[in-house]
This record gives sequence, C-alpha cells and structure tokens, in this order.
Amino acid sequence: MTVVAAQYNRRRPWINPKIKEKLIHGFFFANGMISVLALLGIFALLTMTSIPAFREINIGSFLTGFEWNPTSYVKEQYGIVPMLVSTLMVTVGALLIAIPLGIGTAAYLSDVASPKVREIAKPIVEILAGIPSVVIGFLGIVLVGPILSKIFHTHNGLNAINGSVLLAVMALPTIISISEDALKNVPSSYEQASLALGASKWQTIARVKIPAALSGIIAACMLGMGRAVGETMTVLMATGCAPAMPKSMLGPVRTLTSSIAIELGEVAYNTTHYYALFALGLVLFLITFFINMISDIILHKYEKVNR
Amino acid sequence: MTIATEKNKVQLKSIGFSDRAYGRSVEENKIKIVVEDFNFFYGKTHALKNINMKIRSNAVVGIIGPSGCGKSTFLRCFNRMNDTINNIRYQGDISVDGNNIFDKDLDVVDLRRNVGMVFQKSNPFPKSIFENVAYGLKINGINDKDFIQERVEKSLKDAALWSEIKDRLNESAFSLSGGQQQRLCIARALAVEPEILLLDEPASALDPIATGKIEELIHELKKKYTIVIVTHNMQQAARVSDYTAFFMLGELVEYDFTNKIFTNPLKKITEDYVTGRFG
Ligand SMILES: Nc1ncnc2c1ncn2[C@@H]1O[C@H](COP(=O)(O)OP(=O)(O)OP(=O)(O)O)[C@@H](O)[C@H]1O
Ligand SMILES: [Mg+2]
Repeated sequence: MTVVAAQYNRRRPWINPKIKEKLIHGFFFANGMISVLALLGIFALLTMTSIPAFREINIGSFLTGFEWNPTSYVKEQYGIVPMLVSTLMVTVGALLIAIPLGIGTAAYLSDVASPKVREIAKPIVEILAGIPSVVIGFLGIVLVGPILSKIFHTHNGLNAINGSVLLAVMALPTIISISEDALKNVPSSYEQASLALGASKWQTIARVKIPAALSGIIAACMLGMGRAVGETMTVLMATGCAPAMPKSMLGPVRTLTSSIAIELGEVAYNTTHYYALFALGLVLFLITFFINMISDIILHKYEKVNR
Repeated sequence: MTIATEKNKVQLKSIGFSDRAYGRSVEENKIKIVVEDFNFFYGKTHALKNINMKIRSNAVVGIIGPSGCGKSTFLRCFNRMNDTINNIRYQGDISVDGNNIFDKDLDVVDLRRNVGMVFQKSNPFPKSIFENVAYGLKINGINDKDFIQERVEKSLKDAALWSEIKDRLNESAFSLSGGQQQRLCIARALAVEPEILLLDEPASALDPIATGKIEELIHELKKKYTIVIVTHNMQQAARVSDYTAFFMLGELVEYDFTNKIFTNPLKKITEDYVTGRFG
C-alpha cells in the first residue's frame, strides 16, 4: 500500500488538473479572441480614417459616381463605380476561367490520374501557390499581354482579360488543392453504389462525387475569389490601370486595389484624397467580408442537405 | 441456431419447399450463371479457391459461411465490382446467359446495369429519397418525368418502403432509419430492373419486422429476378433461399437445395456450421 501511495505522490502533477484545464481553455480562447480583435481593429481603423473623407465628399456621389479624379484642378471627383466595375470584371473573368479548370483538374487528380502522376502533380500545383504576385504580373506583361494582343488585334494586351487570366492562375492552386481534398473525402461507398448501378466513371464524378463534395468545392472557389478580389500587384501590372469607366474586357481597367496602391504613395497626408483612399480600403474590406459570409451561408445550407 | 429440427422442416415445407416438387420446377428453368474453376486473389491473399457453381434463373441462392470466408468477394465478382480494387487478380470464368463476364469486349457498365447490387452497409447517396431511386434511370438517359415518377413509386412499393415515406420523397435519404435506408438501396437497385440481384446481408441491420418485409420481398422478387443473397442468419437462409452454398476459407464446401443443406448435408462440417456447433 505504501508503495502505491509513494508512486502516486511521485506522479502527482505539478499543477492541479482543474487549473491546467482552465489554462489550456484560456489559451485557446485568447488565440481566438486575438484574431477577432485584429479583425475589429482593422475595421475600426479603416472606418475612423474614412470618416473625414465624407466631410467633403457626398456619400451618395462616392458610391454612385462614374468618375474618379481626385487631382482635378476644376472639380475633384470621387466616384468609385468604375473601380467597382473593374474589380467585378477582372474577378468574374478570373472565376470563369479558374472554376471549370480547377474542378476539372481536381477531378482528374482525385479520380483519373495514376497514383504516381498524382504524387508528382499535387505538390507542383501547391508550389504554384507560392509564386510571388510580382512574378505573375511580370509574366502578364511579357507573355500573356503579347499573346492577347495578337489574338484580339489590340495594340497592347494590358487589359481586363489579362488580369483575369493571371488571377485565374493565382486562384487555381487553391481551388485545385482544396477541391481535390474534398473529392478525396467523399466516401467511396457513394462511388461504389453509383458504379454498381451501371454509371460510368464520368457520370459518377459529375453526378455523385462533385455534388457530394460541393461544400468543399464552393469553399475552394470562394477562397480563390477572395484572393482575386484582394490581389493588388498582379492587376496593377497587367491591367493597364486607366482610371476611367471600363468599356470592355479588352480595355484597360483599374481595380480598387490598384487604385489604392497607385495613389497612396503620392497623396498628401491628411487630405480628403488621403481619407478617400481609406474609404476605398473600407469598401474592399466590406466586399471580401461579405463574400466570406455568403460562402459560409452557402456552406451551411449544403451541409444541412447533405446530413 | 438449430435449424434441422422438426419445427423448421415444417416451416420449410409451409413456404412451398418440397424436394421433389421443387426439383421438377427447377429442371424447367434455364441456367443463368455458371462459375467455372474460379479463383480470386487480393494481392497474395487467395480469397476464392477453385469455385464451381451453377445458378438457375429465378432461383434464390443463399451464401453462408463464417466471416472472412469470401462471401462478399464472391458476390462482387458477378458485377465485377472488385475491379475497383487495386492489385486484384482472377482465374477461371464466370458467365451470365452464356457470356463470359470477363470477356475483353464486354462493357462493364452494361454488365452492372444487368446485375444489380445491394451492399453490406447501406449506402444511399447524399440526395433526396426520390433522387436516390431515380439515379439509375437518369444515368441511363431516361428523361421522361412521368416514367421516372412511376418507376420510382413502383420500386419503392416493391421494396416495401412506399407507404412509410410517400409524403417525404424530397427529404434527404439520411433522414431515414437504418432499415429504411437499406430498403431504399434495394429500391434503387430495382429501379433499373436488372436481371440478377446481388444482396449482401440486406437484413443485417434490421429488426425482425423489417427483416420479415425484406424476406417477403425476396419471395416476390424471384418471380422476376435471379437472386444471390449473402446472409449470416441461418434461419433467414433457410427461409428465403432455394439453394444454399456454404463457403469456408475461400472454398465452396457444399452447394445444394436449401433443405438438403439444412437437414441432410453431405459433409460433416456443413452440418456443424448450420446447426451452430461450429467453432
Ligand atoms: N479490399 C480488400 N483487400 C484485401 N483483402 C481483402 C479485401 N476485401 C476482403 N479481403 C480479404 O478477403 C477475404 C474475404 O473477405 P470477404 O469480405 O469476402 O469476407 P466475407 O465472407 O464477406 O466476410 P463477412 O461475413 O465478415 O462480410 C478476407 O480474408 C478479407 O480480409
Ligand atoms: Mg461480407
């Protein structure tokens, strides 16, 4: 008996388990709180710095104005519609390219490729995600631009399509990698059931596996979209950046991000223009915030159907 | 587990099984499936050893044997579902209606359309009840809405599920109970009207009432289909199957009329197994 007691004494934890439990709990709670606080902080900062801009700019004309010309000698204009449209065009274009290609590649990697091909291809795709955006922008100027100008007979290839192509390239690794994981996680019993009913491999992928993996695939596309909306350097380099209302996918465009990047370096501190750029940042923040929120809602909806 | 009792013999007779009468009707039926010198390997595991077997049209063949003896493996050979597993190998032939199912020119998709399967674990799709049953029709290019509607209803009725779920066809299949899911999987297989139906322990997760329904269903189905059913439940094998095959360690030990297997088997080991004296 005494031996057991002695052992128990020796093994006694240096800290009361209950307190330890609380500490661990507190640690993770703090971690969670830090990210929430950071998010709130960014939001507060952007809002505070934006508010002074609206002492001189009418909020209505800011949101619906078709002209952005903060340095005009005649009348300064702060309409963000051209940038919203530009951002929309480039993003939608990128998604139109990246989503079908990404899902196709993911399906190929998860269901068609031999294990060897998969082992080589997947890391390569993931490395693609690490290429700096300057390098991609550079490729847009020297490679994609000339090709586009040849195809469409425009005098240079720095336009919305170029931006879309590059952003698609940047979004693809995320979309492929996460979609592939989602497809891999579809229980093989679904696939077996489908094949046993006389479905071909392709029917099984299209009608059972992709729908079953849809929540993951949507999440992947949303992440890709978030990347496309927020990406700055690439669009700055490849889209021509004319601050006027875009006329077509073949014309130059200037997104919210590139406007901030271009003008923030030259603007005088604490002027209306300066504050207006923060207001652009706030708009961008809200857009990405809502994209994430909507994707969350979609995810939950599908989860409910799938359970 | 003692099947070979007087009570059970009476039970067997009461559902129309008498050796002679049955023997005669079988003679008239043609042979649907022939298995010849069949061997199957998972990598180095020799899972099925030299199987020879003939299965008649519209017969119900019960497959019994201890866990791991190769029952599921054998069943999955008939629709070549084993093809989806890496590193498998087989020797010998299986033919359905005289056509070798391992023939290079044979379209596996066609074969599987003809040979329906209900898996050991029920596996409905994450879709609505309706969509689950309609799936097999849709992938076969059937778009006629009325036809699909009709066939879904009929399949669900055949699987003894319709009355329970007819008001909730658009709910997720996962909202069904385990037994209902199993019957849904049966309905799904019936919807494409295969000629052969493979059932891998279709009643393993069911209560006696649902089991009874499935057994009734099997009696009904054999008018149209040839059925191969794996079961761990001796009484069930005795009740539903016309013939019974006893497997052990990958070998087909004995294959005969069901009441022969259960009342007067040729081999001692079969008797030990069916009477529960085994292991
Ligand atoms: N995918 C597989 N890869 C390798 N070996 C397998 C595979 N599936 C089954 N086996 C092996 O083949 C043998 C037969 O398995 P099978 O599933 O056919 O048994 P069973 O008779 O259906 O058993 P149970 O009654 O438990 O379902 C077992 O030894 C099993 O371990
Ligand atoms: Mg089994």
